[in-house]
Amino acid sequence: MSEVKDVSVVLGQVPTQHMKLNVGPQHPSTHGVLRLVVELEGEIVVDVYPVIGYLHRCFEKVAEQHTYTQVVPYVDRMDYVNSMNNELPYVLGVEKMLGITPSERIQAIRVICAELNRIASHQIAVATFGMDAGAFTPFLYLFRDREKILWVLEKLSGSRLLYNYIRIGGLMRDIYPTFKDDLRDIIKTIRETNAEINNLLNNNKIFVERCANIGILPPDVAINYGCSGPMLRGSGIPFDLRREEPYLIYDKLDFDVCVGSGTVGTVGDSWDRNWVRMLEMEQSLRIIEQAMEMIPDASEDVRAGIPKRIAPKGELYSRAENPKGELGFYIVGDGKPKPVRVKGRSPCYVNLSVIPEISKGYMFADLIIILGSIDIVLGEIDR
Amino acid sequence: MESNFILELIGNNIWAYLVTALIPLIFVVVYALVAILGELKIASWVQDRLGPMRTGPWGIIQPVAEVVKLLQKEDITPRNANKPLFNTAPFIVFTGSFAAFAAIPYSSKFIPADINIGVFYIFAVSSFTVIAILMGGWASNNKYSVLGALRSASQMISYEIPTCLSIIAIAALANSLSVSHIINAQSGWFWNWNLFGGQGPLYKFLFIPFTLVLFLVYFVGSLAEANRNPFDIPEGESEIVGGYHTEYSAMKFAMFYFAEYANMYVVSSMITILFLGGWNSPFGNFLNSPIWQAVWFIGKAMFFVFVQLWIRWTLPRVRVDQLMHICWKVMLPAAFVSLIFISLLGVIN
Repeated sequence: MSEVKDVSVVLGQVPTQHMKLNVGPQHPSTHGVLRLVVELEGEIVVDVYPVIGYLHRCFEKVAEQHTYTQVVPYVDRMDYVNSMNNELPYVLGVEKMLGITPSERIQAIRVICAELNRIASHQIAVATFGMDAGAFTPFLYLFRDREKILWVLEKLSGSRLLYNYIRIGGLMRDIYPTFKDDLRDIIKTIRETNAEINNLLNNNKIFVERCANIGILPPDVAINYGCSGPMLRGSGIPFDLRREEPYLIYDKLDFDVCVGSGTVGTVGDSWDRNWVRMLEMEQSLRIIEQAMEMIPDASEDVRAGIPKRIAPKGELYSRAENPKGELGFYIVGDGKPKPVRVKGRSPCYVNLSVIPEISKGYMFADLIIILGSIDIVLGEIDR
Repeated sequence: MESNFILELIGNNIWAYLVTALIPLIFVVVYALVAILGELKIASWVQDRLGPMRTGPWGIIQPVAEVVKLLQKEDITPRNANKPLFNTAPFIVFTGSFAAFAAIPYSSKFIPADINIGVFYIFAVSSFTVIAILMGGWASNNKYSVLGALRSASQMISYEIPTCLSIIAIAALANSLSVSHIINAQSGWFWNWNLFGGQGPLYKFLFIPFTLVLFLVYFVGSLAEANRNPFDIPEGESEIVGGYHTEYSAMKFAMFYFAEYANMYVVSSMITILFLGGWNSPFGNFLNSPIWQAVWFIGKAMFFVFVQLWIRWTLPRVRVDQLMHICWKVMLPAAFVSLIFISLLGVIN
């Protein structure tokens, strides 16, 4: 007879091997070419390690080789779904270095463009977030409406995504005659669709169960990591650069800073971040409605203010509220036509860095939800 | 053999049986093409777009084009896959779903195999697919496939229990597991359907809440068994890429696809048999000839196929633990309680 071995197994403490799963760079839900090295215990996420750099295009080095005007198209390509908002902080920074203040008409048009693009960006965020949760139909509804915004921006600038419209000291061209009618049409459509999206997706029982209490980002952690935008506001901190450090005509406009309130779960969960984006779309519509009235009827040469020679001297940090958060540029000029250094502070990059902190202990399906709620664009993270 | 008109026409010989076997196969192929087109068109109708419009008028030959495309594709087997398992899995998954068609009736004059445990047989062979999914997922040597296969195994085995309970309840009501018995017990007007308590005196309407619960349990369970949204986590695209069929390509992938569509019809026809009076016309003897019965049966089953597509394009996906929660803590107790009361009704009858 063989000897009976005494094997002691403490239930619940059976050692299991962790599985390393390589999510991306080609994966349906990494929103581009992000790679996540995930360590799984069964379905539970033990560790996440984001690997970035698959879309690195040397933006900062390229900016040193080009004149100040030529940098603007490169800025467009950072967050490629959101070009107008990318141009703003850069152009405002250079204008501040040169001491130019454009007319109110130009400022109002810039605000409208930025807010239109903010809505388009939030639409993509909500749409892809829904798709991460498995709801495919809201995605197409939102993209259908986003198309209307892109048409208007295309009519303005000639291109659908990468506009190169906001120029240093002015704009590429003035608005077209039916601009305001198109805006009214957009405002009506988006309000209707957002009500539908709230019914179909955001208040859907399954969706709420999937997102509530998932990926909770406490306010102190959000501040420590330097999160901004809907990530920070989702955690209940009403910080919005449009309100804190008003640029353009934002100080004359009436809008609310939306924060997450833990309606269905805890403050700072994935649902709150998504909900903040839904609320901000409505605020953007309000801003557009007000800014529309500020555009004088009389036409104006919007290119008149563009300086012939752009060679500022000095250094400055210019920032603006991007849909994803605080986008900033640190610009150093030495009086020559080309900048010495342009450093971009990317909100997506900073927001992504928080993912290992907030996704441990959740299931793998939740990790996808958390990643979707951060709303990253890899073009901006990698630059 | 009054339930097979082919035997009456040709006589009891080998040709009659061949024809009997061939009809379901042709039906499955035609149905799959219709269902693929239906999926494309219903999805586009839900999503406010046109869908395929270029292949033929309104894109109606798009499914044929897709099958031809899949036939042309290279058949890839990953280098480190377990080849025998990897290659047999698609055939087993299809065998499992197609075998169920043997006992699925079309009308009172044509049930390919009218066996006395027909419902049990359909249920048993259609749960065959879980073996193939586990085989394929494991043999692919891909972590996503393994995750998908394990999810699928746990999901399908769990959901078999509540669906099984609702089948037992209906069997208790009809005193039989035979497809034709269960359907004949529901003949007459639509209030004789098992959904409304089956045939019986007026007080059976008191039991309608329980039959409705059983119907819902069976329907939700069948969605999970067929891996359809909102329970499509084994192939949840946004999480684990393609789940168990991540590594499959060409016709082997088409087999999985085909089996999924075939399974959708199987679960829909089960709902029709168990709860909606099978081939019976809803209006007594109105339009209740054998040919019309086929129309009623296929129509009822296709309606549930449509509902599955509709749900798929409307709802998000649930999470693994929520799926198990729904199964074990909501559906199972509900099914048990309903089973007890329905058995009571069966005893009274």
